[in-house]
Amino acid sequence: MNTETEPRVARAAESPELKIVPRRHIGRWVGAGAVVLLLVWLGVSFSRAQIDWPTVQQYLTVPVLIQGIGVAIVLTIVAMVIGLVLGVVSAIMRLSKNPVTSGVAWLYIWVFRGTPVYLQLLMWFNLALIFPYIGIPGIFQGRMIDILTPFVAASIGLGLNQGAYTSEVVRSGILSVDEGQTEAAQAVGMTRLQAMRRIVLPQAMRVIIPPVGNEVIGMLKTTSLASAIGVSEILSEAQHIYYVNNRIMELLIVCAVWYLGAVSLLSIGQYYLERFFAKGSSSKQLPPTPFQRLLGIFGTNRKAFS
Amino acid sequence: MSPVAASTTPTGTALVRAENVHKSFGPNEVLKGINLEVNAGEVVCLLGASGSGKSTFLRCINHLETVSNGRIWVGGNVVGYRQVGNSLHELSDKEAARQRQHIGMVFQRFNLFPHMTVLENIIEGPVLVKKERATEAKRHASELLARVGLAGRENSYPRQLSGGQQQRVAIARALAMKPELILFDEPTSALDPELVGEVLDVMKDLARSGLTMIVVTHEIGFAKEVADRVAFMHNGQIVEIGPPAEVLGNPQHERTKAFLSRVL
Repeated sequence: MNTETEPRVARAAESPELKIVPRRHIGRWVGAGAVVLLLVWLGVSFSRAQIDWPTVQQYLTVPVLIQGIGVAIVLTIVAMVIGLVLGVVSAIMRLSKNPVTSGVAWLYIWVFRGTPVYLQLLMWFNLALIFPYIGIPGIFQGRMIDILTPFVAASIGLGLNQGAYTSEVVRSGILSVDEGQTEAAQAVGMTRLQAMRRIVLPQAMRVIIPPVGNEVIGMLKTTSLASAIGVSEILSEAQHIYYVNNRIMELLIVCAVWYLGAVSLLSIGQYYLERFFAKGSSSKQLPPTPFQRLLGIFGTNRKAFS
Repeated sequence: MSPVAASTTPTGTALVRAENVHKSFGPNEVLKGINLEVNAGEVVCLLGASGSGKSTFLRCINHLETVSNGRIWVGGNVVGYRQVGNSLHELSDKEAARQRQHIGMVFQRFNLFPHMTVLENIIEGPVLVKKERATEAKRHASELLARVGLAGRENSYPRQLSGGQQQRVAIARALAMKPELILFDEPTSALDPELVGEVLDVMKDLARSGLTMIVVTHEIGFAKEVADRVAFMHNGQIVEIGPPAEVLGNPQHERTKAFLSRVL
C-alpha cells in the first residue's frame, strides 16, 4: 500500500494482515455475456442460412475479382495522390493573403464539395460531348474520347473531389501549428515557403493523417462508383458474375472479404505513418509496434526493428 | 549585403539605429516614435510594463512586424527595404529572409521545432539557408551546445528537455547562424524561477564575448549587471535611457520610478 504520511506508515505497520479485495465488475460480466450470446446466435443463423460456402471459397480467388480489387486499389492510390496534391496546394492558397488566390481555392472547394461525386464522374466521362478535341494548338492534339478513358476519367473525377475535402483537412492541420513556429523559422532566415515545407507541414501531418486515413478508406469504397462509367472494379465484376449464376450473396461476401483485406492493409500503413510523424511529440519513448512485441515474445530481440 | 548611399547611412558606428519608429495595429498605436541607437558589441535592455511596446519594437527590428512609419537600420541596411537611388523598395519574401540571417532571435516561448532533435534544430538554418555542409554545421552545433552547457544532448527532442534547457538550445540555434545581433524577447518569462539563472548565465557569457544584444526583460538584476544601457519604455515611447546605474539607481521619470518601485 502506498503511504505518504508518517501516521499512516505507523498504522499500516501495526496491521499488516489487512487484505485488498479487488473491485468486482458485475456489469462487465453481464455485458460480455450478452455480447457473446448475440455472437453465437449470429454465427448459428449464418451457418444455417442458405449460403453456399463452397461457392464463396471458389470465387474468392477468381482472377477477375482479384483484378477488380487491384483496379480499386490502384484507382484509390491515383485519386488520393491527386487529392493530396490538390488539397495541400488549395489549402495553402486559401490561407494566402492574396484575395484572388484564396478566392479561387474557395471556389474550387465550393464546386467540388457541393456536388455529388457520382454526378462529377458522369460529367468527366461525358466531357467529350462538349469538348470533342483537346490539346495545345500546334503542339499536341487528340480526341477527348481517346484520352479520357474510363479509368482516367475516374481518377480525375475522384481525385478532384477528394482534393476539395483534403484541402480542409490540410488547412486545419496547418492552423493547428503554433504561429511561433513560422516566426522561429523566419528568424533563422527561412522564406515563408521553406518554413511551410520544413517546419509547419511536418508538424501539421500529425493532425492531417488520421482524417486522411479515414478518407483513403472511404475512397477505396467510393471507387465502386466508377463502375457507373465503365471501370471494371471488383464490385461491377462480381455483379457481372452473379447476373449469370445467380449466386448473389456469395459473390457479395467475396467482395466484402476483399474490401476488408485491403482496408486492413491500409490501416497498417496508416499506423506506421502516424508513428513516423509522432517523432518528438512526447517526452517518452514510443511504445513498441505489435510487430516488435511479437519479435520480443519469440525472444529474437533484433535491434534492426527497434 | 548591398551597399547603401552615403546620404542615408546612419551617422556614427551604430549597428542598429531606429528613427521615429511608429507601429499601429488597426486604430491602436503601439509604438509612438522610437529613437534608439545600439553600437556594435553593446548590450541594451528594454524595460517597461506589459503593453508598453517593448516586444513589438523588438519584432520590428527583424521585420517580423512591419513598421508603420519611421525607419530602422541594421548594419547600414534599412530593415524591410532595399534602397535604390532615392527610393526604398519593399523587400520580397526571399530578400527579407536573407536580411534576417544576420539577426538572431530568442523567443519567450522558445519556439524550438518539436519534430526535430536538438542537433537538427541547430543545423536547420545553417544547412538549409546558408548552405553550409552538414558535417561542418554539426561540428559547430556541438561546440555551441557545449558553450550553453548542453554537451551530449544532440539527439534529445525538445520535449525531453526542461524549459531552461530548451531556451539554451534556442540560444544555440540563434548563434549557429553567426548573427551580428541577437534579439531576446523576454527569454526567461516562461521559465520556472529555479531555471531562470541557467539561461541568464548563458546570456551573461554571450554579453562578455562582445555580442550585440537587445534584451526585452523583466530581470532588473540582469539589466543592472550586464547591460551597457537600459531603456525604459512607456506607452510606445522610450521615456528614459542611460547606463543602468543611472536609470535603475536614480530614475528621473515618474513612470520609471513607479515601475521600479513595483518590481524591486
